[in-house]
Amino acid sequence: MLRFEARPAPSRLATLLSPLIATLATVVAGVVLFAALGHAPLRALAAFFVQPLATRYGVGEWVLKASPLALIAVGLAAGYRANVWNIGAEGQLTVGAIAAGGLALAFDGTTSPLLLPAMFVAGAAGGMAWAAIPALLRTRFRASEILTSLMLVYIASLWLQLLVHGAWRDPEGFNFPQSKLFGAAALLPVIVPDTRVNAAVLLTLAVVAAAWVFMQRRHAGFEMRVAGLAPAAANYAGIPESQTVWRGMLIGGACAGLAGVGEIAGPIGQLMPSVSPGYGFTAIIVAFVGRLNPLGIVFASLLMSLLYLGGEAAQLTLALPSAVSGLFQGTLLFFLLAADVFIHYRLVRVRAVPAGAA
Amino acid sequence: MIRRILPAAAVAAAALLALPSLAQAPAKAPLKIGFVYVSPLGDAGWTAQHDMGRREMEKALAGKVVTQYVENVPEGPDAERVIRELAQAGNQLIFTTSFGYMNPTLKVAAQFPNVHFEHATGYKTAPNVGIYNARYYEGRYLAGMVAGRMTKTNVAGYVAAFPIPEVVMGINAFARGMRAVNPKAEVKVVWTSSWYDPGKERQAADTLISQGADVLTHHTDSTAVVQAAEAKKVYAIAYHSDMAKYGPHAQLTAVTHHWGDYYTKRAEAQLAGTWKPDNVWGGIKDGFVSLAPFNPVVPKDVQDAVNKAKADMVAGKLAAFAGPIKDNEGKERLPAGKTLTDDELNKMNYYVEGVQGKVPAGK
Repeated sequence: MLRFEARPAPSRLATLLSPLIATLATVVAGVVLFAALGHAPLRALAAFFVQPLATRYGVGEWVLKASPLALIAVGLAAGYRANVWNIGAEGQLTVGAIAAGGLALAFDGTTSPLLLPAMFVAGAAGGMAWAAIPALLRTRFRASEILTSLMLVYIASLWLQLLVHGAWRDPEGFNFPQSKLFGAAALLPVIVPDTRVNAAVLLTLAVVAAAWVFMQRRHAGFEMRVAGLAPAAANYAGIPESQTVWRGMLIGGACAGLAGVGEIAGPIGQLMPSVSPGYGFTAIIVAFVGRLNPLGIVFASLLMSLLYLGGEAAQLTLALPSAVSGLFQGTLLFFLLAADVFIHYRLVRVRAVPAGAA
Repeated sequence: MIRRILPAAAVAAAALLALPSLAQAPAKAPLKIGFVYVSPLGDAGWTAQHDMGRREMEKALAGKVVTQYVENVPEGPDAERVIRELAQAGNQLIFTTSFGYMNPTLKVAAQFPNVHFEHATGYKTAPNVGIYNARYYEGRYLAGMVAGRMTKTNVAGYVAAFPIPEVVMGINAFARGMRAVNPKAEVKVVWTSSWYDPGKERQAADTLISQGADVLTHHTDSTAVVQAAEAKKVYAIAYHSDMAKYGPHAQLTAVTHHWGDYYTKRAEAQLAGTWKPDNVWGGIKDGFVSLAPFNPVVPKDVQDAVNKAKADMVAGKLAAFAGPIKDNEGKERLPAGKTLTDDELNKMNYYVEGVQGKVPAGK
């Protein structure tokens, strides 16, 4: 009989082997899955992992889609490390987009180079303001930020819908629910020709670097990590819980708000009834697959982005239903997280114990 | 953690480099045609009808065309990439079947001037982008006639997604059809703020039934409303697809969408080299919109009356929005003897007489 036993310390060997096991298990599961459905397994795997990156445009799309995920996840991870569970990044992203989009529409037609920076400031402020509500409810009334931040997602989404169906609707748009297209001054420049990669990617990289410095090198980051690892010790050391909650929520909100600006000032270019295909929720997975570490998050976001593009490519070349893509993506994430078990646990063989003896 | 991820990437890369690279098929005859769908393929709903059209076209032009599609593409930044990839993959004609694909379609079209695009339900065209849509409201009017004759409580319930003109038009046409045969008829509307949310649609349907509605219809994408009607033993008029199998007793008829003939025609034009961007708004007459077979509970004289109205519509003798039209606050919106123009229809943001409430966010 086999059973898991906690390791005294994380195993270095297992740390190296874990991703290997996950990759192998995914490939095996993928081969079985695709073969069972009557698709050539190798071609399907190639469609998932090679084909999306075969062109410069494809690589650009890969980075473009990973960027908001990484940005949001880095912000969330700062909170998660301190046990501040912000589930509402999608809402904070939306409010960030509303704030920045409102600015873009109010100053439509301007050529001022200040508009774009102002939009980012507004977006970050909007995201923080939305995140401040659960922070306040938690610190004042001990309301769980998991529930309040999640519920605020729907409120934010309804606000956006109200605006694009009403006050901010394009007057030339036959009553269809979307704003005017933004002017050139409100749009991010493309930094790689022949792709859609825009300057928001640079912002993401800067935030990732800053997050790493904050968490590893700054006193405030240290306080937050302590608060997460040992709340009682943190309390004893005079780190107030409310301060940790506020920091965690506001950092997450600011990052999500910035990501929202990057979307509407980047590939979307206007306000629509929905400005994100669920980036705020996917980023939660990204944060955990990246083990709440900024660099890990960058890789995790690239992986999620590739899986998404791969799903499209598989539909295009193999006519693989999107549900099968979803299944395969889920399998990979499952193995990736499950293989982590071996870092902290080991399999030991135990002799069968007669029933009742224990 | 870094250590954990890096080897994963390395292993994946090594494993995959060993695979043979994908050969791209050259874009030669048969004609390649691409489709972009906003939701996953199901057996009922908006996307299901477009896919039915795609398959009908494939059958009609067997051997001359091959088709590709990508389903479940969200309206947003992802749409542009998918449309571009379809163009890159050698599709010469690409149908983008949701309103939110409008600007992405135009962006890609500008980069691929030799590829032809058709965007459903939008309003922007380009030298290589045509638009097409259907006059769903004509079917709604006829369905309203059925509802008006079958209701006992004189209240119909309407589950609707978003208050955009297309949806408001449908509600108004339905109410006008009802009141044409039953002047006491009223329509109650519940909004779901979502095109596809079976849970919310079901809830909305239950609410309407509890408020006395004994005929339900919907402008949402799932079969939930028809199923709710079946469970509560009231009538339903399905939308997009014939949903008789989800409500064999409840469904009186359905307002159905049909794109196959249009897709075939456009593919033929592309094959013949005569494709031109068009702005098509086809109705009952053009076969874009139709009614599903009547439930046997619909009496013969009602069926005859509706079929006659349908024939009159085809002949141009009956319009869903012919004056006089009063809104539900009593204001005259159109005098007798006139018919609403397409432009006026596309800006409709009021309810006609017989609909309860106010259009949300209407100005």
